[in-house]
Amino acid sequence: MALQMFMTFGSWNCLLLLVALEYSKASSDVNESANSTAQHAPNAWFAASSSEPDERISVFELDYDYVQIPYEVTLWILLASLAKIGFHLYHKLPGLMPESCLLILVGALVGGIIFGTDHKSPPVMDSSIYFLYLLPPIVLEGGYFMPTRPFFENIGSILWWAVLGALINALGIGLSLYLICQVQAFGLGDVNLLQNLLFGSLISAVDPVAVLAVFEEARVNEQLYMMIFGEALLNDGITVVLYNMLIAFTKMHKFEDIEPVDILAGCARFIIVGVGGVMFGIVFGFISAFITRFTQNISAIEPLIVFMFSYLSYLAAETLYLSGILAITACAVTMKKYVEENVSQTSYTTIKYFMKMLSSVSETLIFIFMGVSTVGKNHEWNWAFICFTLAFCQIWRAISVFALFYVSNQFRTFPFSIKDQCIIFYSGVRGAGSFSLAFLLPLSLFPRKKMFVTATLVVIYFTVFIQGITIGPLVRYLDVKKTNKKESINEELHIRLMDHLKAGIEDVCGHWSHYQVRDKFKKFDHRYLRKILIRENLPKSSIVSLYKKLEMKQAIEMVETGILSSTAFSIPHQAQRIQGIKRLSPEDVESIRDILTCNMYQVRQRTLSYNKYNLKPQTSEKQAKEILIRRQNTLRESMRKGHSLPWGKPAGTKNIRYLSFPYGNPQSAGRDTRAAGFSDDDGSNPGSPSITFSAHSRIRSLQKQQAPEIIPMKSLRRGGKTLSFGYQRSTSQEEHMGGSRRVALRPKPPFHAVDEEGESGGESEGEAFAVRSRWTTDRGHGRDYHRSHSPLLQRK
Amino acid sequence: MGTAHAASEEVRELQGKTDFSSDQIEHLHWRFKQLSGDQPIIRKENFNNVPDLELNPIRSKIFRAFFDNRNLRKGPSGLADEINFEDFLTIMSYFRPIDTTMGEEQVELSRKEKLRFLFHMYNSDSDGRITLGEYQNVVEELLSGNPHIEKESARSIADGATMEVASVCMGQMEPDQDFLKIWQGINIETKMNVRFLNMETMALCH
Repeated sequence: MALQMFMTFGSWNCLLLLVALEYSKASSDVNESANSTAQHAPNAWFAASSSEPDERISVFELDYDYVQIPYEVTLWILLASLAKIGFHLYHKLPGLMPESCLLILVGALVGGIIFGTDHKSPPVMDSSIYFLYLLPPIVLEGGYFMPTRPFFENIGSILWWAVLGALINALGIGLSLYLICQVQAFGLGDVNLLQNLLFGSLISAVDPVAVLAVFEEARVNEQLYMMIFGEALLNDGITVVLYNMLIAFTKMHKFEDIEPVDILAGCARFIIVGVGGVMFGIVFGFISAFITRFTQNISAIEPLIVFMFSYLSYLAAETLYLSGILAITACAVTMKKYVEENVSQTSYTTIKYFMKMLSSVSETLIFIFMGVSTVGKNHEWNWAFICFTLAFCQIWRAISVFALFYVSNQFRTFPFSIKDQCIIFYSGVRGAGSFSLAFLLPLSLFPRKKMFVTATLVVIYFTVFIQGITIGPLVRYLDVKKTNKKESINEELHIRLMDHLKAGIEDVCGHWSHYQVRDKFKKFDHRYLRKILIRENLPKSSIVSLYKKLEMKQAIEMVETGILSSTAFSIPHQAQRIQGIKRLSPEDVESIRDILTCNMYQVRQRTLSYNKYNLKPQTSEKQAKEILIRRQNTLRESMRKGHSLPWGKPAGTKNIRYLSFPYGNPQSAGRDTRAAGFSDDDGSNPGSPSITFSAHSRIRSLQKQQAPEIIPMKSLRRGGKTLSFGYQRSTSQEEHMGGSRRVALRPKPPFHAVDEEGESGGESEGEAFAVRSRWTTDRGHGRDYHRSHSPLLQRK
Repeated sequence: MGTAHAASEEVRELQGKTDFSSDQIEHLHWRFKQLSGDQPIIRKENFNNVPDLELNPIRSKIFRAFFDNRNLRKGPSGLADEINFEDFLTIMSYFRPIDTTMGEEQVELSRKEKLRFLFHMYNSDSDGRITLGEYQNVVEELLSGNPHIEKESARSIADGATMEVASVCMGQMEPDQDFLKIWQGINIETKMNVRFLNMETMALCH
């Protein structure tokens, strides 16, 4: 706690320092600019008056103009990053308000400083810079981290909602504002219909992704999540397309020239722009995936390829006036699957982090610029326009939400409740997108541009601060009303059981809607695409490839730290042996519930946690990691129990088995004694496998593959052992067989030592790998490791 | 769907028995064929074709549920070795969303059916009662043999759970009364259903 406060203090100190620095720099710049104008004269003066120009070499010079732009931009970014550090140091804060709030505040601060020092801010924002450099990273990041499976499941609803919602909002707000402008009293008579429509289109661009971090804490259901996410993703694209179209319309000088033909052409163009952009993106995605197939030896350029091709797709689409945003999104989505399998582990991480970094930088710059333009003289405040804009934004969003969802609820199996719709309505937070488009309005066509900018800023501030901060409590309030009683242990158990059951049945019946399309696509994918685009014959199961990645990480971790991270656990003493009919005390209930929540398997989460500003591990990775840890624990258990032979192996055979491995471990003696009399504990150890005959042959073949690493005599003995395995848990045979079959599909990974055993050993391959991993883990961990685990092995 | 015409009476028959729509039956048939490798019957081994089930801690119970004679309405106990498509549909019908437009009685009936299915999942030895041991088994499976949890704790958790429910009868749980009591708080209708293929959604998105 003290450390936290210190760090906050430290970071605020740095902040102040930077502010001071900027101020001084600003003032020096003022001096400099005064000097620079005078410089040209003094140059002449120098030349004229000094007879020896060579001798007048100044020892210390200041040339700020040279570095001004990059210097200030860097300073801004650094400032925002420091503010973010401070923001996250206080844990509760990110759940309270979206991070955009913070960025806007920092921007306003910088704006205040610049205004106060009468400094000329660098030209960060003009049309080409925004569209060419600032926008693509943001969109790329959104597309890359998009959870594809839920997205495509809900694609109908998402398209319906995003496209139509944007159109309704844009047209509705535009038209209503036009009507307001007709009222003479407000003095807005010179704003014509097209300008209003354009303003409507740019103000309807929502940026709800900023709010998703708040949702995460409240655990909104997955459908809702996907709706909001999908809307955010497609919204940018649609708004920019609309904007460009309307600008093109505006450029046609006379309003009367616009005929219905033009409007139809506009609609057709809308479709072509969208579809064409997507096509471009897909093509580029495939090309880049194909190229990464050949980059084994120069993995350093893999991130470069990924980024350059995405960017290229954006630019190529923009050249043809197609939607670059949709192109880059489609490229990211297409590319992701194949690239992730082809690139090396480090490139994979690099790509992810670099993408986050780029988008973060872009967004920061935009927000800071927004702050800078807030504090300034170029505003035009018109009460009527601004208030009505605010009102209409809310009204039209409400109309579009309720109307569109009413319609789409007819077609959905699980309709969205009114509460869900309220949350969607309330999450319409505007962001950087609207501001950028407003700022970039061409002044020639929009004489009242300042008013538009002011109105946009007001709407953004209002939605981000007020809606952003109150949406958390709102969601919690709506949620809490549903489940306001605490769950008893029973309920928790049963609900978890139900979730697992449901997930299982859904898997069995192959159920995902649109599964047919997805299945066909998967077949096509496997048969053709993967052969062309994927590097070697990598395993097809995503679980297995995920394991591979995780195992490498785990292996490194294990070797480095020596202790695998495991959840700390304490046995509730009171909850043992409850005699007679006695109510459990609340503490017992609490402790039991804690145990349950910590230790029950997580259901396959479909509400993926997406955070725009952070890279959190994907839920599937988390779950697979959890399974991996548990399997490895089981493995260690089985090793400690006498090499997973619950039916009691005579010590002699054990020794023979481990001829080549150092068996002189002092702990092993202790373990042996524990190995005895373990028969009743198999039940708790699903890791101890039961292997049937048919699996035996597979093990044999796998062992043969690994022949150079295993002493042949051992394998023979092990073969004999497998035959004598009993059916400990008849019900679990099949899945373990399935597991072993799956594992056997894996090719030899480069890491022979720990990871392979870690994954496969505990399950079906029995001791062969148990031995080896035990050996290597002994090497790696030494005594600490065993000591840490022995207290947990209290047997009765 | 070449088999559609030939099997249309079959489909109608199945429709009558299990209340699925014909499209849903076709879709499930397709899935059945996928799982069974085009055989007319499914055995336990075929369920290994479902990769995602690997991660499910109660998969053994789910498998059992498919072959349980009580669920298949073929007998009071025991496990069938294989199931055909009709049995498959029978099991799936437990998961149909409850149509709220049905009468009160129907809703109650479906709810009871679902509960019975769940009861059979807990009651592994088919004796019509859930003993503490069986409950413990479920708890252990959910905790999935995490070695940090010993059997002792699993047992005490199961104890605690039973304690909560049946203040009177401690050793066993009978169907229909005690079981219902536990599940009362949980809204089965919404939780225990799976979105089967809904033709309209498909049409909209194709």
